[in-house]
Amino acid sequence: MGILTPDPGLVFWTSLSFLLLLLLLRRYAWKPMLRALKVREEYISFSLQDAHDAREELRGLEETRKKMMEAARLEREKIIREARELRKEIVAEAKKVAEAEAIRVLAAGREQLERERRETMAALRQEVGLVSLEIAGKILHDELKNDARQQAVIAQYMKEMDLN
Amino acid sequence: MWMAVGTLSAASEGEAATGKDFDVTDMIMHHIGDSYVFHIISFRNGEGELVDVSLPLPVIVWHEGHLKVFLSSRFSGGNELVALGDDHLRLYHEKIYLTDAAGTLHYGADHEVLNPRPLDLSITKNVASMLLASLLLSLLMINIGQRYGRRGGLAVPKGMQLVVEPVVLYVRDDIVNAQIDKDKAGRFMPFLLTIFFFIWFNNMLGLIPFFPGGANMSGNIAFTLTLAVFTFFASNLFGSRHYWQEILWPPGIPIYLKFLMIPIEFIGMFTKPFALMLRLFANITAGHIIVLSLTSIIFVLQSIYVAPLSILLSLMIFALELLVALLQAYIFTLLSALFIGLAVNEHH
Repeated sequence: MGILTPDPGLVFWTSLSFLLLLLLLRRYAWKPMLRALKVREEYISFSLQDAHDAREELRGLEETRKKMMEAARLEREKIIREARELRKEIVAEAKKVAEAEAIRVLAAGREQLERERRETMAALRQEVGLVSLEIAGKILHDELKNDARQQAVIAQYMKEMDLN
Repeated sequence: MWMAVGTLSAASEGEAATGKDFDVTDMIMHHIGDSYVFHIISFRNGEGELVDVSLPLPVIVWHEGHLKVFLSSRFSGGNELVALGDDHLRLYHEKIYLTDAAGTLHYGADHEVLNPRPLDLSITKNVASMLLASLLLSLLMINIGQRYGRRGGLAVPKGMQLVVEPVVLYVRDDIVNAQIDKDKAGRFMPFLLTIFFFIWFNNMLGLIPFFPGGANMSGNIAFTLTLAVFTFFASNLFGSRHYWQEILWPPGIPIYLKFLMIPIEFIGMFTKPFALMLRLFANITAGHIIVLSLTSIIFVLQSIYVAPLSILLSLMIFALELLVALLQAYIFTLLSALFIGLAVNEHH
């Protein structure tokens, strides 16, 4: 059969063009293509790993942030509590001091008042003494216009003085 | 398709004009066979003469130290002899024979020509078609390869890259890497990728029903034989120690069986590529024959009314052939990878 007999010319040309094609394509097509595909695959897998790592890192950061927020919240509460206590203490202290001061001021006032009263009383007594002396003088002057009278009065006083 | 029908109708009219019946076998054999001219179109001109427009192809013959290169038009379709040294070349039924000065042909018992043939390295229709396929393939792939070199291989693929890339990936991952050990697959990758696209392009070019397609190169036994021989060398030249041991001294079987197994294994070395050769040849040739036969129904029955059915059927087969073109390239590559894998893999 004609179609089952290989023609040497066709064998020659097929071999030649196939080998040339193989050399040409290996150098200029398959090598860059396969290398690029490999590079791309590695790049994709690297990028995926990278994204995964970044996500993990983000999750870690989020956790750290939450922890820090929680710590800050606790710290704030502690500070507030302490401040409240401090305020209470300060107020109590101030109250105590104020009370003491008030007592002291009151006492001082009272003392002042007493002193002033005493002074007033002394002055009054002096004044009254002087006025009474004057009055007494005047009375004496009037009374002692005659000797008898004078004698009587002196006697009277003397008597009274003895009583004292 | 329509061009093919036109060609056929012109051919059949030509046959009818000479008073002969339309010979389907002859027409089909002519179409799937080789030729020294690339037929473009035949038509009848205003005077009713049959005009054949063909591209004459270069004839390259070598005989007894004489090399001759000339265009096939010098044969004027077999009517003229071309001198080569002391002999003369005669074109007879798409073959070149050495004859005497009168162009005498000697026939054998079965009406076959007994004249010797020169070493014929002509660029025939099949060779021209294959060279065209190779040119297209290298232009496309080198262009694409250059684009893959850009931006350190990270350039965004565009255009034809998007068509070729999945195919290359499929061949790489599901054919080569699936059959051959990972550390050895890289060595055979260019060979198998080239074989896949070479067969596919030749199949597809053969399916184009008009010039410059329509040749039947991948359905030619010489073509499939050559590729099968390459696969044979690829698998056997790189065969592992284990592989040769299996053939030359199969382990784990009784000694008397070894003497039975050795010839079987040895024959197996050749049957594998032989099957590759026949499978591709038969599938592609059969496809061409079916499409041509279905179209020929019109001219056999000499009725225009059968044309719709005939053309519909041949269109369906044609669509199927487009699939077969890819499928046969895939099968050839897969089996080549399998045979190479059997030979080079360390373990089964």
